[in-house]
Amino acid sequence: MWWSDNAKIATKLLALAASMLVFAIFVMPPLYDAFCEITGLNGKTGGKYEAVPAAVDRDRLVTVQFVASNNENMPWGFKPSVVTVKVHPGEAMDTVFLASNPTDRDMVAQAIPSLVPFKAAEYFHKTECFCFNQQALKAGESAELPLRFIVDPDLPPSVNTITLSYTLFDITERVSSNLDNKNTDSEREG
Amino acid sequence: MAHGPQPGFKRWLYTTNHKDIGSMYLWFSFAMFLLGGCMALVIRAELFEPGLQIVQPEFFNQMTTMHGLIMVFGAVMPAFVGLANWMIPMMIGAPDMALPRMNNWSFWILPFAFAMLASTLFMEGGAPNFGWTFYAPLSTEYAPPSVTFFIFSIHIMGASSIMGSINIIATILNMRAPGMTLMKMPLFVWTWLITAYLLIAVMPVLAGVVTMMLMDIHFGTSFFSAAGGGDPVLFQHVFWFFGHPEVYIMILPAFGIVSAIIPTFARKPLFGYSSMVYATASIAFLSFIVWAHHMFTVGMPIAGELFFMYATMLIAVPTGVKVFNWVTTMFRGSMTFETPMLFAVAFVILFTIGGFSGLMLAIAPADFQYHDTYFVVAHFHYVLVPGAIFSITAGVYYWLPKWTGNMYNETMGKVHFWLAFIGLNVTFFPMHFVGLAGMPRRIPDYALQFADFNQIASVGAFLFGAAQLVFLFNVIRTVQGGNKATDEVWENPEGLEWTVPSPAPYHTFSTPPAVR
Ligand code: HEM
Ligand SMILES: [Cu+2]
Repeated sequence: MWWSDNAKIATKLLALAASMLVFAIFVMPPLYDAFCEITGLNGKTGGKYEAVPAAVDRDRLVTVQFVASNNENMPWGFKPSVVTVKVHPGEAMDTVFLASNPTDRDMVAQAIPSLVPFKAAEYFHKTECFCFNQQALKAGESAELPLRFIVDPDLPPSVNTITLSYTLFDITERVSSNLDNKNTDSEREG
Repeated sequence: MAHGPQPGFKRWLYTTNHKDIGSMYLWFSFAMFLLGGCMALVIRAELFEPGLQIVQPEFFNQMTTMHGLIMVFGAVMPAFVGLANWMIPMMIGAPDMALPRMNNWSFWILPFAFAMLASTLFMEGGAPNFGWTFYAPLSTEYAPPSVTFFIFSIHIMGASSIMGSINIIATILNMRAPGMTLMKMPLFVWTWLITAYLLIAVMPVLAGVVTMMLMDIHFGTSFFSAAGGGDPVLFQHVFWFFGHPEVYIMILPAFGIVSAIIPTFARKPLFGYSSMVYATASIAFLSFIVWAHHMFTVGMPIAGELFFMYATMLIAVPTGVKVFNWVTTMFRGSMTFETPMLFAVAFVILFTIGGFSGLMLAIAPADFQYHDTYFVVAHFHYVLVPGAIFSITAGVYYWLPKWTGNMYNETMGKVHFWLAFIGLNVTFFPMHFVGLAGMPRRIPDYALQFADFNQIASVGAFLFGAAQLVFLFNVIRTVQGGNKATDEVWENPEGLEWTVPSPAPYHTFSTPPAVR
């Protein structure tokens, strides 16, 4: 009599444990990403933005600062062509970042954006960004990496300065080891 | 079932007897306690003076990491499981655990897990060196090759804990003697029931987080790698979603032990039994919504900081209820201070100090200063050493006469207590001061102005270590012989375990007892 009761409860508890494992691996990470995207937490900016015609707010000027840094051991040169621009909300703006590979081997990089203040993240739209793709540079090569963005006219009035920072990661090894099993990583959203 | 134990080593290998398995858990955890303790002494010896004297920084980091892992998963948790195995069936009038074969398994996989973990010390690149909290990417991109063995040993420990918890829940829910209603169960049984649910809920999350690490390291995913679109902060959320309930896993059974001991030596029934049960349940529930108090400095929005700050402070309410009940139980009791009671009273006082430093850390703006300093180290050692370790020690002294049939040596017990009590405070109290003054945790070398307090702490640590040898000696002597204990052992203790002979026969309650 005990045995069957015990087997029943053990099965239930085991199922609970299994579902917590699934929760940790398959639910928590997407949940976290969704949460960050909605709240702009961690300065994660959105993916590619389809520009919609909107009135340009000529009365307001927002300062946008660019920061470029290299992750540990990343030997590339990497910097913004201009450090600060002033834009009217609603107006599309182009700029470029300068990257160069000073080493004697071909390399691949991925830039990861982050934006402060967090609450501006959802009002900063990138219609074109080098961070949407991996960037390959041959040995000794340099390139201009384009960025086109629009600051949303709904940007909260308290925000006057937005700082957009990119960290450049060396993903050469990751790319070469993933060539065969095409991985979802490459289509990550900037 | 009717026969006694098999002779020789086979008894221990094949046993499904809850008392045998309980004893093995307890001895195993004591061995791990000594091993982890030796690592702590390496740490304290190096920190005796500023500068590098004894070990290299790389090895120092391996010591802090292994000390934490071994104490949490090897010493504290198995000791509580051992006590659960021994006492829960005897407290609820059951003949054994509900799933005895699984019980054997959950114990015997543990030595393999820890052998694997300890073997990493001899591997190329050394043992894990990324702290017991193993934050990514330190534990993924920058980890020594032995990290894979670390991951598998965590998997095995998780499996062991989950099996143990399933067993405990099944035993408590299905095997109580007739008349033993839930609200008549001793608090140790209650706290373990709730702890077991916590374990089943969060050990899989720990298994999940190390599995994600494994995939990041070997299979090219990027859960925690920013370069591939993951996020290292995600690691911290998942880890602490496990980690905070884990710290309560290490303290709830302690509440149960102390709630058994204090009434016996105060000679009064426990004050506020049902409020104790509800307080335990609310602590367990709240422990799921406070995890980010370990992450105040990662850059959360202000709303998040405030939520986790208030939720954390809320836990102090049910905890305060418990402390109040213990104090009220002692109030105007006719108290005597045998060794178990000494440890239990010290538990109440010192655990409360740890709770207060916890409250200080819970103040989000203040935590920006305290975070990752020795103040945090002081806090969690005050809740874990006099909390978990003292309560386990108290429980061992309290039930040892029932297990062995012999009284332990009371004088030696008191010597153990005072050495441990003084050693502990000398070790950990100064850490509050160096922490507030800004000494970071997990460093092998430090600025000169911290030298005095560190020297004091190191002396205390060796004293505390020596005290444990007294304990070991006392327990071995008691197992071998000594004054015979009566069946009741203490004066009018409450609980079914005191109705069976001392030493407790190999099989107890083969026919269920009558419960008033
Ligand atoms: C009133 C109750 C408590 C409060 C308010 C509290 C609060 C906190 C806070 C805010 C931290 C993070 C400090 C930081 O890293 O900056 C912390 C760390 C810690 N607490 Fe508590 N705590 C309480 C009780 C406990 C208990 C009962 C235990 C275990 C038995 C415990 C174990 C720990 C551990 C192990 C850490 C450090 C983890 C690490 O970073 O290595 N705490 N506590
Ligand atoms: Cu916590």
